[in-house]
Amino acid sequence: MHELLQQIFSGLVAGAVYASLALALVMIYRATDLVNFAQGEMAMFSTYIAWTLVNAGLPFWGAFIITLLVSFLGGMAIERVVIRPIENAPVLAAVVVTIGLLLIFNSLAGWIYTYTVKDFPSPFPDRPLFGALTTTRDLGVIGVTLVMLALLFAFFRFTKTGLAMRAAAQNPDSARLCGIRVKRLLAIGWGLAAAIGAIAGILVAPILFLDPNMMSGVLVYAFAGALLGGIASPLGAVVGGLIVGVTENLVGTYLIASQLKLTVAFALIILVLVLRPNGLFGTAIVRRV
Amino acid sequence: MEKSVIGATFDAPAVDRYPAPNAGTQRWIAALGLIALAVVLPFVVSKYHVFELTMVMIYAIAVLGLNILAGYNGQISLGHGGFFAAGAYTAAILMHRYGVPYWATLPPAALICFALGVLFGLPALRFEGPYLALVTLALALATPQLLKYFDNWTGGQQGINLTKPLPPHWLVIDRDRWLYLIVLAALLLAMRIAANLLHGRTGRALVAIRDHPIAAAALGIDTARYKTLAFGTSTLFMGVAGALAAIVIGYVSPEGYNLFLSLSFLVGSAVGGIATIGGAIIGGLFIEFVPNLANDISDAAPWAIYGLAMLLFMYTMPQGVVGSLGPWITRSMRQIRAQRAAFAGGDEEHDGKGRTS
Amino acid sequence: MTMKRALMAGLSAAGLILAGGLAFAAGQYGPGASDTEIKIGNTMPYSGPASSYGVVGKSEAAYFAMINDKGGINGRKIKFISRDDSYSPPKTVEAVRKLVEEDQVLLLFSTLGTPPNTAIWNYLNDNKVPQLFVASGADKWNDPKHHPWTMGWLPTYQTEGRIYGRYILKNLPNAKIAVLYQNDDFGKDYLIGLRDGLGDDKAGKMIVATQTYETTDPTVDSQIVALQASGADVLMTVAIPKFAAQAIRKVYDIGWKPTHFLCSVSNSVGATLRPAGLEKSVGIISAAYEKDPTDPQWQDTPEYKNWLAWMKTYNTAGNVADGLTVSAYSFAQTMVAVLKASGDNLTRENVMRQAASMHDLKLPMLLPGITLSTSANDFAPIKQMQLEKFDGATWKLFGAVISGR
Repeated sequence: MHELLQQIFSGLVAGAVYASLALALVMIYRATDLVNFAQGEMAMFSTYIAWTLVNAGLPFWGAFIITLLVSFLGGMAIERVVIRPIENAPVLAAVVVTIGLLLIFNSLAGWIYTYTVKDFPSPFPDRPLFGALTTTRDLGVIGVTLVMLALLFAFFRFTKTGLAMRAAAQNPDSARLCGIRVKRLLAIGWGLAAAIGAIAGILVAPILFLDPNMMSGVLVYAFAGALLGGIASPLGAVVGGLIVGVTENLVGTYLIASQLKLTVAFALIILVLVLRPNGLFGTAIVRRV
Repeated sequence: MEKSVIGATFDAPAVDRYPAPNAGTQRWIAALGLIALAVVLPFVVSKYHVFELTMVMIYAIAVLGLNILAGYNGQISLGHGGFFAAGAYTAAILMHRYGVPYWATLPPAALICFALGVLFGLPALRFEGPYLALVTLALALATPQLLKYFDNWTGGQQGINLTKPLPPHWLVIDRDRWLYLIVLAALLLAMRIAANLLHGRTGRALVAIRDHPIAAAALGIDTARYKTLAFGTSTLFMGVAGALAAIVIGYVSPEGYNLFLSLSFLVGSAVGGIATIGGAIIGGLFIEFVPNLANDISDAAPWAIYGLAMLLFMYTMPQGVVGSLGPWITRSMRQIRAQRAAFAGGDEEHDGKGRTS
Repeated sequence: MTMKRALMAGLSAAGLILAGGLAFAAGQYGPGASDTEIKIGNTMPYSGPASSYGVVGKSEAAYFAMINDKGGINGRKIKFISRDDSYSPPKTVEAVRKLVEEDQVLLLFSTLGTPPNTAIWNYLNDNKVPQLFVASGADKWNDPKHHPWTMGWLPTYQTEGRIYGRYILKNLPNAKIAVLYQNDDFGKDYLIGLRDGLGDDKAGKMIVATQTYETTDPTVDSQIVALQASGADVLMTVAIPKFAAQAIRKVYDIGWKPTHFLCSVSNSVGATLRPAGLEKSVGIISAAYEKDPTDPQWQDTPEYKNWLAWMKTYNTAGNVADGLTVSAYSFAQTMVAVLKASGDNLTRENVMRQAASMHDLKLPMLLPGITLSTSANDFAPIKQMQLEKFDGATWKLFGAVISGR
């Protein structure tokens, strides 16, 4: 029983990690209808920026705020410089561009910071809780993910920009006719996604340890979580991420040998998607001819 | 000019591909010339370059497989490396365990991968866009894990070492050149099959499904059947390419078939030109040479250079090399021809690049 | 065996005499060697999932640069050509063929990883090109009979596993052992060694649980929880630094207190224990054959200072806390020693002969008492290791230098 609870808790923590990056994926998808394969590497790179600042002697939260700002601006710059020139190109071209970005960020991080694993400070104290079921640090990770979710929810619901963004994503032409500056919104969407990714990176670095390949595994699970929940839904991304985290742990512990953990976890996710093709929280896409 | 009437989209490629008998002959002569060049080439360059070119052609077959799916069917697969692996292991296991001669492993590899593709395609094709990407991504990630798990068959992490086939003794050429010729034959066959498939009835149906899925269904095209067929054919090509790669490299192991391989094929397809046959060769060249060039430029950050090259190609030629330059060349040729014969042809200009709408 | 081996031994003796006797005569050269230059080929994962090992290739280049600045080897400069293979075997084949056929290197040195090396060993042996000091701990590189052109360097993973097995058998006879290992040959070889050291029937009873991870997994938390639940009181972790650090921390966080054995691949203080937390690493047992650069006990020795001076002048991009730079330093020193011994007879045959006749070669950054020895039928240069225990600040060596064969 104790083990089961422990597995669920550590699954929730992993799930929160996936969820936080999944939120960034959802953000981009909502803004540009695109899955950004470089999201994980961008988050990793932001985390290195934070690491540099902390090592230069800045207090944690100071470094945190600066990293968020830099990431936001960086995300906007990427949209402007890299994504916009190909906005009318085939989908595959956009996919390839994000793959290219993934390689560039990964390689640059390795070049600048080397591949040696780095310790990253956690803003939360590190104390065991509930008979070593979990730690305060782990709860902090789950907490921040939920706060991010609430903020995003509020953003899309109550702010003008958020509402405009929803409109622009659903029907860019009509939105433009309503006076919404669609192009600016796209840039903001990328900026926000990069900032969310930065939070995700800073959040997970104390758990996974910082290295240039830190996010490559996370991205895959985050992607799975986002789709499981419904790629356009922030709530879905979080729930999906948590489900993926817990499922993966339980599958690896109770169902089969850990050698096939990943394979079986993915098979289960796909099975769910066969039954609910738009994800748990997604709505069916209605197409017009 | 693209007409919005669906019928026009159907007919236009056919008109474009077979313009006038005169141009057809010219095209044949050009093709024969290129083939002759490809046959002579290995005898004027060093053995290592022969090996490199052989790999280019193998990647070209794989990219061609992906083109059938991504380009003509509008589906993006991140997991085709899995089928490449299946072909490679089919060849390796047959050769190593059962002593099957290398050439005889190609048909089973093709068949097995076609069957796997259809089996995988049936459920996978219920998905679209990012969901299909996830399903195929799962396949790419599961491949190395599965290869390691069934180690009785696959040799696990140690992989399988193969003896490289010798050319028939009446032929006085070395191994590398012999394999080059075999792979060249396979590539030509693959291109021929792809051309027949895509420019015929099936190809028109596939294009219709890609561009106007709902309209195509309404017109009575059996969408699911064609999609599954396209998926199976594309994995068949992958299987053959994988088997050839195993034979040429002489070794298979799980490390060689990771997600990065699948992504490389996708990149090759986009760089060459998604919906083109000739683009596959450009894609093969890109996959083979650009990472090496990147490494020559910098061993500090080779992937950064490789990534930059991808961005560069996508900016300058978002439709791929053949997709972007092809129409331009066709137009210029047509102008020249028109001037020469003072004959305006009259058929409409179709860009044949297949944009997603 | 005898004919071939006797012949090899004889040739080897002749080679030594030749090398000594003809010191002033014009050199004898194989491909890639001349009066002024020796070309050495290498492949490394500078990109891709294993790129953390790229530092090995860069450090080797830095060491050869220093040798060249000091006048080279017997007056010849080393040209070290290192190519990226992304840890992908097909790419390795391509890179190695380019090195052998186009660049015409004398030999391949320190090519990294078990799968990449497996992909090229038939090619290199067929073409009689030395594949020296393979950077992989697999057992199979010591096979002079079938692969006379391939030689390992590291103490093998199985050797080390066996050392732990014997230690547990002797000191913790009632142990219940749990193993966390990477799902590949590296992990499995340790498990084989451990089983071997325990003996087959004991191993079946004593090993109560095993868990694996993939290098693509984000964490190993779940695996650690599952291993604890098995009731084991000994944990053996066979993982690369990042996952080893995660394991150490998780074991501590869930309040599990097993006797923790950590494979030498990850026993670097700088790369594993410091990120995991030094206080959480107290009591961990490992085995070592080279000096940890972050360990204060070495930092006053001239050997360490020489190493540090080299790091500061030539290997500035390298991290002084990274044990891989030490391994690369020792790899390169072995190569230089063999080339020196080859004198002016720089043929592939002679270099291979010299590599197969090392006698108690000492290297500055190896632990005291650990040396390199090879012979015509022994292609495993390092066979000994010493156990060590972490005290919260440094590794404390204990017991004698042991051979795990």
